[in-house]
Amino acid sequence: MALKIVKGSIDRMFDKNLQDLVRGIRNHKEDEAKYISTCIDEIKQELKQDNIAVKANAVCKLTYLQMLGYDVSWAAFNIVEVMSSSKFTYKRIGYLAASQCFHENTDVIMLTTNQIRKDLSSPNQYDTGVALTGLSCFVTPDLARDLANDIMTLMSHTKPYIRKKAVLIMYKVFLKYPESLRPAFPRLKEKLEDPDPGVQSAAVNVICELARRNPKNYLSLAPLFFKLMTSSTNNWVLIKIIKLFGALTPLEPRLGKKLIEPLTNLIHSTSAMSLLYECVNTVIAVLISLSSGMPNHSASIQLCVQKLRILIEDSDQNLKYLGLLAMSKILKTHPKSVQSHKDLILQCLDDKDESIRLRALDLLYGMVSKKNLMEIVKKLMIHVDKAEGTTYRDELLTKIIDICSQSNYQYITNFEWYISILVELTRLEGTRHGHLIASQMLDVAIRVKAIRVFAVAQMATLLDNAHLLTGNMQRNGICEVLYAAAWICGEFSEHLENPVQTLEAMLRPKVATLPGHIQAVYVQNAAKLFATILKNQEGNTDSTAAQETSQMMIDRLPLFVQSANLEVQERASCILQLVKYIQKLQQKDVEVAEEVSALFAGELNPVAPKAQKKVPVPEGLDLDAWINEPPSESESEDEQPKAIFTKEEPKHSRPRHTEVDEKELARRREARKQEQANNPFYIKASPSSQKVYQEAPGVEHIPVVQIDLSVPLKVPATTPSHPTGLPMSDQYVKLEEERRQKERAEKKKKEKKKRKEKRSGRGKKHDSGPESEEDITPAHVVDIVTEEMPENALPSDDDDKDPNDPHKALDIDLDNLLETTARRPLADSEKLPVRSHRAAGAPKSSAEDGEAENATPQEPKKKSSKEKRDKKKDKERDRKRSKEEKKKKKHKHEEKEEDLLGGQAEEPVVQSEETKEVEAQPTSTSAEVSDLDFWLSNAPVPSNTQEAATVAEAAPAPEAPAGTAADSEPEEPKDTETEESKSSKHKKKKQKKEKEEKEKKKKKKHHHHHHHSDGGGEESVQNGTVEEEEPLPPMSNYCLLAENSYIKMMMEDADQVCDIQGNLQDGSQVVVSVIFENKSDSFLKSMEFNVLDSLNSKLQRPEGSGPHDGLTVPFQLPPGVSNEARFVFTVQSIVMPQKLKGTLTFIVKNEDSSTHEKLDFKLHFTCTSYLITTPCYSDAFAKLLESGDLKSSSVRLEGVNMPFHHLLARICFHHHFSVVERIDSCASMYSRSIQGHHVCLLVKTSGQTVSIDAKCDEPTLLGNVLDEIKQTFSQC
Amino acid sequence: MIKAILIFNNHGKPRLIRFYQYFAEDMQQQIIRETFHLVSKRDDNVCNFLEGGSLIGGSDYKLIYRHYATLYFVFCVDSSESELGILDLIQVSCSFVFVETLDKCFENVCELDLIFHMDKVHYILQEVVMGGMVLETNMNEIVAQVEVQNRMEKSEGGLSAAPARAVSAVKNMNLPEIPRNINIGDINIKVPSLSPF
Repeated sequence: MALKIVKGSIDRMFDKNLQDLVRGIRNHKEDEAKYISTCIDEIKQELKQDNIAVKANAVCKLTYLQMLGYDVSWAAFNIVEVMSSSKFTYKRIGYLAASQCFHENTDVIMLTTNQIRKDLSSPNQYDTGVALTGLSCFVTPDLARDLANDIMTLMSHTKPYIRKKAVLIMYKVFLKYPESLRPAFPRLKEKLEDPDPGVQSAAVNVICELARRNPKNYLSLAPLFFKLMTSSTNNWVLIKIIKLFGALTPLEPRLGKKLIEPLTNLIHSTSAMSLLYECVNTVIAVLISLSSGMPNHSASIQLCVQKLRILIEDSDQNLKYLGLLAMSKILKTHPKSVQSHKDLILQCLDDKDESIRLRALDLLYGMVSKKNLMEIVKKLMIHVDKAEGTTYRDELLTKIIDICSQSNYQYITNFEWYISILVELTRLEGTRHGHLIASQMLDVAIRVKAIRVFAVAQMATLLDNAHLLTGNMQRNGICEVLYAAAWICGEFSEHLENPVQTLEAMLRPKVATLPGHIQAVYVQNAAKLFATILKNQEGNTDSTAAQETSQMMIDRLPLFVQSANLEVQERASCILQLVKYIQKLQQKDVEVAEEVSALFAGELNPVAPKAQKKVPVPEGLDLDAWINEPPSESESEDEQPKAIFTKEEPKHSRPRHTEVDEKELARRREARKQEQANNPFYIKASPSSQKVYQEAPGVEHIPVVQIDLSVPLKVPATTPSHPTGLPMSDQYVKLEEERRQKERAEKKKKEKKKRKEKRSGRGKKHDSGPESEEDITPAHVVDIVTEEMPENALPSDDDDKDPNDPHKALDIDLDNLLETTARRPLADSEKLPVRSHRAAGAPKSSAEDGEAENATPQEPKKKSSKEKRDKKKDKERDRKRSKEEKKKKKHKHEEKEEDLLGGQAEEPVVQSEETKEVEAQPTSTSAEVSDLDFWLSNAPVPSNTQEAATVAEAAPAPEAPAGTAADSEPEEPKDTETEESKSSKHKKKKQKKEKEEKEKKKKKKHHHHHHHSDGGGEESVQNGTVEEEEPLPPMSNYCLLAENSYIKMMMEDADQVCDIQGNLQDGSQVVVSVIFENKSDSFLKSMEFNVLDSLNSKLQRPEGSGPHDGLTVPFQLPPGVSNEARFVFTVQSIVMPQKLKGTLTFIVKNEDSSTHEKLDFKLHFTCTSYLITTPCYSDAFAKLLESGDLKSSSVRLEGVNMPFHHLLARICFHHHFSVVERIDSCASMYSRSIQGHHVCLLVKTSGQTVSIDAKCDEPTLLGNVLDEIKQTFSQC
Repeated sequence: MIKAILIFNNHGKPRLIRFYQYFAEDMQQQIIRETFHLVSKRDDNVCNFLEGGSLIGGSDYKLIYRHYATLYFVFCVDSSESELGILDLIQVSCSFVFVETLDKCFENVCELDLIFHMDKVHYILQEVVMGGMVLETNMNEIVAQVEVQNRMEKSEGGLSAAPARAVSAVKNMNLPEIPRNINIGDINIKVPSLSPF
């Protein structure tokens, strides 16, 4: 045996190892491929050997070859063999190779499941680590499903090294097997607070990745992340969290408000640039989300811009780049603050770094104004000339066009300048954006009517010099410009100075070398030109000129008739025939010009890109239905399309090459016009549609001004390629400046005049504001035709998400999971499959199979734990059921209430001794829901909710990190339920506790019979109140009822129960809590509580007792002890306050004697005590106020000397209101009576005066409530 | 997410490639070529970010790279990663993670180390980045884990690995032409004002 090993290793000495392979490849530079193929042969031999070391060596070499681009998938099985070696060294090699070349379609992957599972549970943490790392690269949906549970278990591994890897790989598992997200999420969340920073960082990483894709599901984690952000010192984690907040803020503006301050602090304090940069980025995101420009945020913007400026000015190119990148984000919402740094950005345009120049270009887009557009573009044009490399030049070109054309040419004051810029751009060599320039030329010429004369002249020049543009037309798209030029010259030929010359230029033989679609436009527009020429020449007595033109057409067109391009050929032959016919007529001295030009009559207007799609289908029109009977014979087919053509698509019916007689033509045109007029969906294109343009949106803001043209309309004599002196566009810049100066001067004059005229009331026509920018008037009668859209079309941009996005599947609502299982518990099918085998069918049944198959040491343990779990579950279920049944018997209606509460969080949160059990769940539910809201709102919240929120925050904490086996499925309904009940218990404890505290503050020695050791409770109070501006003074609703030397009674009637369902006549109940405190040294017993009933209010007594019998207090009081008892009263009318007389009888027992004592008291039922704190959402509140059924009343409180939030808190606490909305010193509040009256308050404060406007549907109740509020504040 | 980590030399020869998303081998080579083309034409004194190539990623992806002597270290990342963070990750950050780790583990990293010990570099890398996500940024932790694993490998090799090691030592001795001096020099020079965290 030993000999064999030695022999094996001696063999290996002569095998090539990785180093030898590399060395060999380096030594065979000439015939590398050949050398490698021999190596591969060797490797194949090695792989056939039994020795695992040899195999591993071979696989290692394959990994190297894979890097060089060789396909090694043929060795996949051998890789699996090496992976399954028991030695770490080889295992590592195997997993490395697998991670480099396995993928989802590698079929041997399915063989690895058990091996990986074995490695995951290996006692050696590095085996596990290697397996996790490998798995992260080649995890498939099957592997993810089968191993999810094992990995989940590893998340609670004792070694942080494994934990962090397990946490991280969960993201990959989620991607491949989205069903695992819900069950795994609670544990993932738990890992956010792992003691090991590495694990914590991994958890943050995973949740950030998840949240980036579906942020809304993770909003509820914001408080936790906020805590991490303020406590963590790991910059990597901080960066991740801050980035995450950047993604969350758009969804929740309140979050943004909360973030600003800590982020600002970080910006000021951090020295790490990466962190600073991300902070700035997120602050920007926050500012964007708070789109309503709140004044106090201008400081934050300033801070950001200022910090970014520092970055941009830094010598480090990276910082410069990022600074510009972030700046462009600010630009979108706060262009003003960026514009002030124009100098800096223009400076960056000169940077030697292309990336930086590109970023600076992006910024320029948002920085232009009417004032500086020309200047900026001029600068860009210089760059265009200087630029090396076409990519950057093309980028410049597109940017120039973007900048100029943005928001409907908003910033262009002089379109002649723009056209000349476009013409200058055509001189760019090798650009790929010819079509872009062309479409701009077309767009401007069509939409800006005033520019057409100039544009046509320029285009004619272009056509004349076409040879300059067609240098090498195959590659570059600059010849596309000719397409536009030809079309413009043809369409607007009436503006041509010398149409014959242009026509000649368009029919040059060289044109035949242009791309087909351009030729086609040439031919078509030559015909248009021809028509114009005819029209011009017809007036002349000498008809030879016209005939010469016809002859030229006839001579030149055959060139196009021979074109290989079908379109060109067709058009050319059509037009050729037409011209021949015209020539014939000319020779007969028939006037044809009218008819010929009629061929091209009408105007083409731009149509919005989506217009066709937006045409609504008229009612009753079924596009799929046959209009006529389906054709039975073939001959009818010829006619049918024609009918449809004219009927449905009238805009295409512009005759192009029809040779019809004049009457027919006129008739058809008439018919078409008629139809167009009648058809509401026709995109009206008549030249008289001026009105339409003005109505069209987007035009109003473009001032239409009549000014003398100060720029000569004549085409400068320079051809674009031979500019004399300044480039043409520069001349415009100069002229424009002069023009503006002149204008300014004129304006001043005018103003002076105006002043002289003593403001004769002539309103300013164009000056829209004091800003100098607006004063720049366009040089033209700019009438930008906006794109036409069908009338009924709705603007919408429905960007469909990519349905193939793997992250879509991860859009899973996790809040439900976190808050309660009551709403949507994890179904059985959602549980992670435990120990299943790939081949097995359903994950559930496969669990058993898998167990039977693989008997590993852990097996029995797992099984038993599983069984235990099942049993527990069953028990739990049984218990639940029986409980429910009991409940049913006892309080039928209360169950309904539970449903209600479970369903809607807004429902009133009510509590009573009796319904404790029932309400436990719903209460905590609503508490959790309000958790985030509470955390986000800085406004004081009614103390009830506050408590609830605190509890809710504290609730996840006690979730015990139990042992690996025991809670491998923490998602079990049972667990969460107990947690919930825990939290609700918690809550009760806390209420008591708080009461206790209050009592203590009163410096009474009170002893509560509830002695819970409740350490966590107090802590959570602090957590919850951290956000409070100032600690609220302690408040209590307990008031002294009666006191004598023996006993003291404190009464609180805060807690009411009303039967929402019940009839309001007699169903309303009020619960009164009374604290009995024994002040004597004697023992008090046999206490009996009795109240004299009134007509309206009755004490509820047990059945069978008479109306005057007292209620026995269910406890005795030793000396110094206090206890609380609750009594239920039935109340009929709640609009008036009530007073009830009562007596307490008790026996005082001393060591030697016992005496009978009596204490009289008066119960005061205020109207307030009939109100229930009910949360109300602002929209519901607004609706309520609008409804108009409410009577209003108001009250003024003078000399209230407390902060506003204290005031609100007092109203909330003493009078059971909840704050709906608070804006500065104004708040709206809401409450509801037990009989369903709505009470709305609007509380305003100024100085010491508080005015309360109130509305309620019961005026008497309202009056009383207001009186009580007044009294509350008069006492303090 | 990190989509890929590429290390290649001044001639575009791959020295280590690590894709966290599957690409076929020929596609991988194309990506390397494209990336090399994009990166190599840039001066050393320009910024280290590049808008992603056409083959890998798209608009959401960025190339973040550093150039040391004869080697380019390129990370292809999406927008969830902090640009400066990754740059730091490549070098300075979190107490010198990547290059520094290599430096520490190989004592003095040079291109040849990468060439001959590609597997080792992979193992180091695995402790830094896992499945496209940054696993650990604490250099001491990384180095500790790598060292433990290397020790394990050595102890496993034991006696039987000794002859092989001896042979490879001899082989190395026979090759005096291996230049040991392609040091990457002082790598801290070009990183101003980035305080380590």
